[in-house]
Amino acid sequence: MQKRSLEFTVGIFMVMGIVALVLMAFRVSGLSVSDAGDTYTVKAHFENLGGLNDRAKVSMAGVTIGRVTNIYLDKDWYSAVVEMEINKDVDNLSIDTSAAILTAGLLGEKYIGLTVGAETDFLKDGDWIEDTQSAIVLEELIGRFLFNKAEEG
Amino acid sequence: MDRIRTLGRTGIGMIESLGASSMLLWNSLMWGGPGSAGFGDLVKQLFSVGVRSLSIITVAGFFVGMVLGLQGYTILVDFGSEAALGTLVSLTLLRELGPVVTALLFAGRAGSALTAEIGLMKATEQLSAMEMMGVDPLKRVITPRLWAGMISMPILALIFSTVGIWGGAFVAVDMLGIDDGAYWGNMQASVTFYNDVVKGIIKSLAFGWVVTWIAVYQGYASMPTSEGIGKATTQTVVIASLAVLGLDFVLTAVMFGGV
Repeated sequence: MQKRSLEFTVGIFMVMGIVALVLMAFRVSGLSVSDAGDTYTVKAHFENLGGLNDRAKVSMAGVTIGRVTNIYLDKDWYSAVVEMEINKDVDNLSIDTSAAILTAGLLGEKYIGLTVGAETDFLKDGDWIEDTQSAIVLEELIGRFLFNKAEEG
Repeated sequence: MDRIRTLGRTGIGMIESLGASSMLLWNSLMWGGPGSAGFGDLVKQLFSVGVRSLSIITVAGFFVGMVLGLQGYTILVDFGSEAALGTLVSLTLLRELGPVVTALLFAGRAGSALTAEIGLMKATEQLSAMEMMGVDPLKRVITPRLWAGMISMPILALIFSTVGIWGGAFVAVDMLGIDDGAYWGNMQASVTFYNDVVKGIIKSLAFGWVVTWIAVYQGYASMPTSEGIGKATTQTVVIASLAVLGLDFVLTAVMFGGV
């Protein structure tokens, strides 16, 4: 009996460890089991990413509908290319959808906001979003402001 | 002249004990995996090393998490970014405090007990008796304790971090009124499984290995007197704590520092 209760408590200890690991994986780090099967990829050129990262959110009307999966430089155009995965159930984005790099709050993380267009054809896997708007870089904004002031005065 | 002689003797003594402890580690672990010394012994040691440390780890984790929540809130609220509290609490616990504080508590709670137990076995000549009977005391006594320490430590650290994050949530959401969604949402957005959780587990594995190794060696090499056992127990806690903190810097520099 003594032996059994000993093994039982050690077993409980092990189970607690596994439960903690599972909680860490799914509740704390937001690891999801969904595979690549239920997303499709679209690409977009941006002139300036201004601090957009891999795994940044892609949202529409404030709802997260996908994630940035890859960022690289297009050597022919010297512009940034962003690949993003969009959930398959959002399959009615028109081909003239526009993408903008936005900031959550004043100092928050960068994300991509999509705004739907008016066309009746929809974006498919591997399509390009043509209408993009770069991140607002604070230094450029201030520079432009000072330049305008100088012209006035 | 005498001082130089003492210095030399201390240096040689340190190198000697490093060599002896390495040999002890090798001789105990060359039998193979965790079950090599008998499954029953391992379970027994897991109970005394792991399960018995559970209460102190849980209570400490809860309070550390609550303190992190309170302190982080008072700083973050000045910048109007108290929504980042979940990120702060979880990353601090997973990357640093979880493994390190657990290892320090583990050295004090389980390490000292291991040293005292083995030291007393040596003092009462149980180890020599085993040798006389043809039982290898290393395999019978040291091996299951080493494995139990190495297995328990990551589990304890995980439990510590988990309880701490929920303790932080208790303070942040229930007492300070931070939005529940903001706390967990920002945490999930910034914590990555491989980069934060797995690296924390690697740290705690290394700490568990170092602490148990030091504890077992100190017990095995202690003077077989009551004074010797007392000294060895103190040595275990001091050396293991310093080793954990030093190793933590190295591991952090390698895994997170980009050095």
